[in-house]
Amino acid sequence: MNSPTEDSTTERASRAGYWSKSLRIVGIVLSVWLFISLGCGILFRELLDAWFPNIGGAPFGFWMAQQGSIIGFLALLFLYRFLMNRLDKEYGFGEGDPS
Amino acid sequence: MNQDIWNFIFIGGSFALYIWIAIKSRAATTKEYYVASGGVSPFANGMATAADWMSAATFISMAGIIAASGYDASRFLMGWTGGFVLLTTLIVPYLRKFNKFTVTDFLGDRFYSNVARAVGVICAVFICMTYIMGQMRGVGLVFSRLFDIEIWLGVLIGASIVFFYAGLGGMKGITYTQVAQYCVMVFAYTIPAVFISMLLTGNVIPQLGLIGEFTKGDADPVPLLSKLNALNTELGFAKYTDGSIGKLDMFCITAALMCGTAGLPHVIVRFFTVKSVKAVRASACWTLLFIAVVYLTAPAIGAFARTNLISEVHNCQYSAAPEWFKNWEDRGLIAWVDKNGDGVMQHSAGAAFAGKPTYSGGRVEGGPRPVTNTLTENANEVFYERDILVMANPEMAGLPMWVIALVMAGCVAAALSTAAGLLLVLSTSISHDLMKKIVSPSMSDASEVAWARGASFCFLAIAAYFGINPPAEFVAKTVAFAFGLAASSFFPTILMGIFSKRINREGAIAGMVAGVGLTLGYIVYFQFMVEHKDYVFGISPEGIGFFGMLLNFAVANVFSAITPAPPQEIVDMVENIRNPTDAGSATH
Repeated sequence: MNSPTEDSTTERASRAGYWSKSLRIVGIVLSVWLFISLGCGILFRELLDAWFPNIGGAPFGFWMAQQGSIIGFLALLFLYRFLMNRLDKEYGFGEGDPS
Repeated sequence: MNQDIWNFIFIGGSFALYIWIAIKSRAATTKEYYVASGGVSPFANGMATAADWMSAATFISMAGIIAASGYDASRFLMGWTGGFVLLTTLIVPYLRKFNKFTVTDFLGDRFYSNVARAVGVICAVFICMTYIMGQMRGVGLVFSRLFDIEIWLGVLIGASIVFFYAGLGGMKGITYTQVAQYCVMVFAYTIPAVFISMLLTGNVIPQLGLIGEFTKGDADPVPLLSKLNALNTELGFAKYTDGSIGKLDMFCITAALMCGTAGLPHVIVRFFTVKSVKAVRASACWTLLFIAVVYLTAPAIGAFARTNLISEVHNCQYSAAPEWFKNWEDRGLIAWVDKNGDGVMQHSAGAAFAGKPTYSGGRVEGGPRPVTNTLTENANEVFYERDILVMANPEMAGLPMWVIALVMAGCVAAALSTAAGLLLVLSTSISHDLMKKIVSPSMSDASEVAWARGASFCFLAIAAYFGINPPAEFVAKTVAFAFGLAASSFFPTILMGIFSKRINREGAIAGMVAGVGLTLGYIVYFQFMVEHKDYVFGISPEGIGFFGMLLNFAVANVFSAITPAPPQEIVDMVENIRNPTDAGSATH
């Protein structure tokens, strides 16, 4: 790795751009994560149980807490992987890495 | 063929497989021992991580806890899966790029301090020791029930097997045995669930059975959960879909379990075995997928087991009780006391008697095993140990004998795979973090591996001792601490080390000490020093790790702000781990 003094200005700008975009991806993923688990599963559970349609035979909030959030987590991880790999490609990072 | 022969075939067969894999993949260098040479495929690592993560407690106890507490048990379901989102987005891609052998390496290097390293070693050893004792106990229990041997012999057999492939084979040996163990576990968990789901709901997919309709018997089909709510209410329990834990406490416990999961060293190091940051992301997706198969089944098994148990036992004449009821009574995990003398078993809310059953003498012909416990005032006459629900499920549903044997092999696989992962962290903490990095930096590769093997032997001996003589109360109470400690030490400190360039040595150490101090103090105070449960704001010791974490963040930031910034090479290192390019293979 080059030390920052050897870094060209463009390279440093590219790193900063990559970092702020990856922070945005992490931010989006974690907001959804917070909402579906601690939000739907715990904080708003009674509201969801009462006002939302049942999932099959299960009240909505209860289902979110026991199964829905887990399915959501899984979808979020696949989304994170897709977005981060796309970002890597955009900036040409990790191109030659094995996967 | 009788049950014993089936058990022997399944357990013996799976052991032979694990040992064969271990012999095929013995480790010679530290790189093979610590990270399996860094060449594991994301798919295989996903299976191995899932097996590593799902312990005997998950496999044996979780469905029982769900059956007993309904909605309240969601904290484990969400906490233990949601943590993987934190782990994947915040921790492992960066630590993989950092490219060292252990989690403690990161603390020591990022905070340029052997004090931080030493704090890391202590936390890692404590977390892993707490966990591994429970695993050894689990192995011992399953063996003693299966083969009618003493628990100590069962623990020793389990410990020898683990030492054989984890102590000798290191990460390389562990990885491929864990892949095999995941396969055993997932079949053992889901196959009985499929049969029971078809029996109760007519749905062949158990995960959907939970939200399906109860169709057993001649009555009109009703949603399973409504049926269960009705049964629970009739017997004086809270509704299955409602909780009894306070909202704030539930929130804190779930958050602490999530953050604790993201800070557990034995899970993090599994991701050091893949080739690149891209592979880490792929592997994390596979891991959660493999875990979700089991975690989506667990709430279904819980609901099925509770429905089955109540409808088969409540208001049933003892003389007509199902066969499994008497089998588990013989093993001391079920008891019935005929309080009203009508010969019929009544089950309702509350404990049937004080404590666990102590039996006196043999049973009278056709009668129950008499117990000597002090009876309680309420009408409940039935005692059952929650842990039997998964193991007794196949018997309750009248499944063939090979399924029962498969479940037993699954229990053992769950315990062994987790024990092996923990043992690896314990032994590397000593050989790498303590000996190589602090005590004797000039140590050769070969003697480092020798230290690791020696340390794993010693830790396993200690774990086996506590597995045989469990400080029962102690273990149950300190499990919460393992997660609380991970949530208040490793998780926030690693997180700040990656996402902030300003956090320095002083801040990190002060933060860890404050976070762990608060968590430890609160747990010790309420678990060991006082009898009452007047928790501060209703936060139970299980959930205090969340506040320990917040305190760690706050203290670390304040101390870092008033002390000098970290040196330039540390800032460069942080820059470097944020760029996924060329993670290479792990080095010292």
